[in-house]
Amino acid sequence: MSLNKENCLGLYRRMLLIRKFEERVSRLYADGEIPGFVHLYIGEEAIAVGVCSNLNKDDFITSTHRGHGHLIAKGGNPRLMMAELFAKKTGYCKGKGGSMHIADLDLGILGANGIVGGGIPIAVGAAYSAYLRGTSQVAIAFFGDGASNKGVFHESLNMSSAWSLPVIFICENNQFGVSTRISRITNVEDLSKRAVGYGIPGIRVNGNDVLAVQEVAKEAIDRARSGNGPSLIVADTWRHHGHFEGENVNYCTQEERAAWKKKCPILYLSDLIKKEFDLVDEDLKKYLNEIDELLDEAVAFARDSEFPVPEEALEDLFNTEGGGQ
Amino acid sequence: MKTKTMTYMEAIREVIREEMRKDPNLFMIGEDVGPYGGEMGLSQGLWEEFGDKRMRDAPISEATIIGCALGASLSGCRAIAEIPFCDFTGECMDQIYNQVAKMRYMFGGKAQIPLVIRTPIGGYLGGAAQHSQCLEAWFTHTPGLKIVMPSTAKDAKGLLKTAIHDVNPVMFFEHKKLYHIKEEVPEEEYFIPFGKADIKRSGKDLTIIATSYMVKMSLKAAEILAKEGIEVEIVDPRTLVPLDEDTIIASVKKTGRVMVVHEAWKRAGIGAEIVAILAEKAFNFLKYPIIRVAAENVPIPFSPVLENFVLPNEDKIVKAAKNLFEKED
Repeated sequence: MSLNKENCLGLYRRMLLIRKFEERVSRLYADGEIPGFVHLYIGEEAIAVGVCSNLNKDDFITSTHRGHGHLIAKGGNPRLMMAELFAKKTGYCKGKGGSMHIADLDLGILGANGIVGGGIPIAVGAAYSAYLRGTSQVAIAFFGDGASNKGVFHESLNMSSAWSLPVIFICENNQFGVSTRISRITNVEDLSKRAVGYGIPGIRVNGNDVLAVQEVAKEAIDRARSGNGPSLIVADTWRHHGHFEGENVNYCTQEERAAWKKKCPILYLSDLIKKEFDLVDEDLKKYLNEIDELLDEAVAFARDSEFPVPEEALEDLFNTEGGGQ
Repeated sequence: MKTKTMTYMEAIREVIREEMRKDPNLFMIGEDVGPYGGEMGLSQGLWEEFGDKRMRDAPISEATIIGCALGASLSGCRAIAEIPFCDFTGECMDQIYNQVAKMRYMFGGKAQIPLVIRTPIGGYLGGAAQHSQCLEAWFTHTPGLKIVMPSTAKDAKGLLKTAIHDVNPVMFFEHKKLYHIKEEVPEEEYFIPFGKADIKRSGKDLTIIATSYMVKMSLKAAEILAKEGIEVEIVDPRTLVPLDEDTIIASVKKTGRVMVVHEAWKRAGIGAEIVAILAEKAFNFLKYPIIRVAAENVPIPFSPVLENFVLPNEDKIVKAAKNLFEKED
């Protein structure tokens, strides 16, 4: 990927939007304004943004319990997301889904998912749909290192490879499944090697370098679009927060955390932008201001929105129109 | 109405063929559904007409078969997924009950999921514990799935038509012992609405609510009971979700005596639900305690001697009915 100023600033803006969205959620959750539980994407922004910067509106993604970043990267509306996190009627799912179940089918977002690995075969199905209908759409399955030990991961790599389906598997290796370090439960240091067993390309990339992610994802997506089948990309990264908000993170050292925080993907990109394009902090500040404004509005919208009425719990199970009964 | 003699299996196959001819975005996925023609032989001839893309032979990866069918049905296709034995649905349970069933609701009513999961059920074939089960109660318990259990070729045709046209996920349970039973089936296209029970036999003395293959067994038992002067009414719910409570209750009002017959285990089977509904809504019409004839609460054993002991049969139905009337005397 060329070091194009417009591209870099676009990526920066999108990553910053995710970061700031998540920081707000963290605060609002701590303040008790957001119920339930939330899993934040802070530290992993380069992956979702790098991958989704190659996608069209009608391409598909499936996401995870840590899904806010994927949704924003694919164009999801922060306002509707925030309202959903606030459990309001105006949210993406009318308050029925919450953080782990946000979807925007018009944007090809086939849902965050509360089950580890649950979205992987669904992405295979979206790719099958593109293949059957003869479109050039692709599907992205986002998941973590934890999901790479699930049966559906292996089934999905095998099946999509057998039929050359246009799906790209993006494994965000943030090193931990909840508290368990991947090295304690898996005897393969480089998870991308798993692709070999299924006859597809396996690429390992620095998940905190958005340009590197964008580049390898582009190659995989182009390959998928042209009918040459799936790829597995493993992006090494680190989540700055716990598995969930409020977690007592007792499974890594302060030194390790500090070292990874230095490799913050947004810091990395902003340093690069400033150096390459001769910009100063002040130049980037306008993005922050614009995002702050947008998020102020999103939070106000969420706060001011009505809760659903209790009886709405009984609606939306079945579609009673269009052939349903 | 013009009819044609065909088996339950042929009726299902014919519907799939008709619907696939009409909609190029409808496909079927499952193990051995391609050139082999299906593990039960149901899809014979379909691969020859529709090819690999639409009669998709899948690896033995049940979870991803369902996930693939779900993802495709969420994104512009219609899908029929076949799980060759109902017993294997455990392999894809998460995809069915956490993904397929909940997706529309979780997303606030936005998703359309035109997906039919077809799977054969049932024993009486020496299939033993992992190839004989009737697991419809698992899925009936989970909100978000429509549950269909046809007992005749005619019903199978009309219900599968409705299932494929539905934009909600449908579990379609086909009984292995019904596959080769020949019946008269209307040639014209027709749709049997979900949630509409069928009175398979009218009678005034006893209501038997039976599902799937148990409808056939109950009909045979009813013949025997008729000779003894007991007139049985047989109500076939046809779909468990939605369940036609009105027709069941109307029959109970008429007879005052109820037996529920299903092949699945008695404990927490669909019979327990039906009985509870009657206790809530028709208690005053019941003249006698309700009887359930269902499988013993053990895995289905292999030896025919043991299997016959565990599963319901005509004799058990007859005996239970007679017992009811003897008690009255």
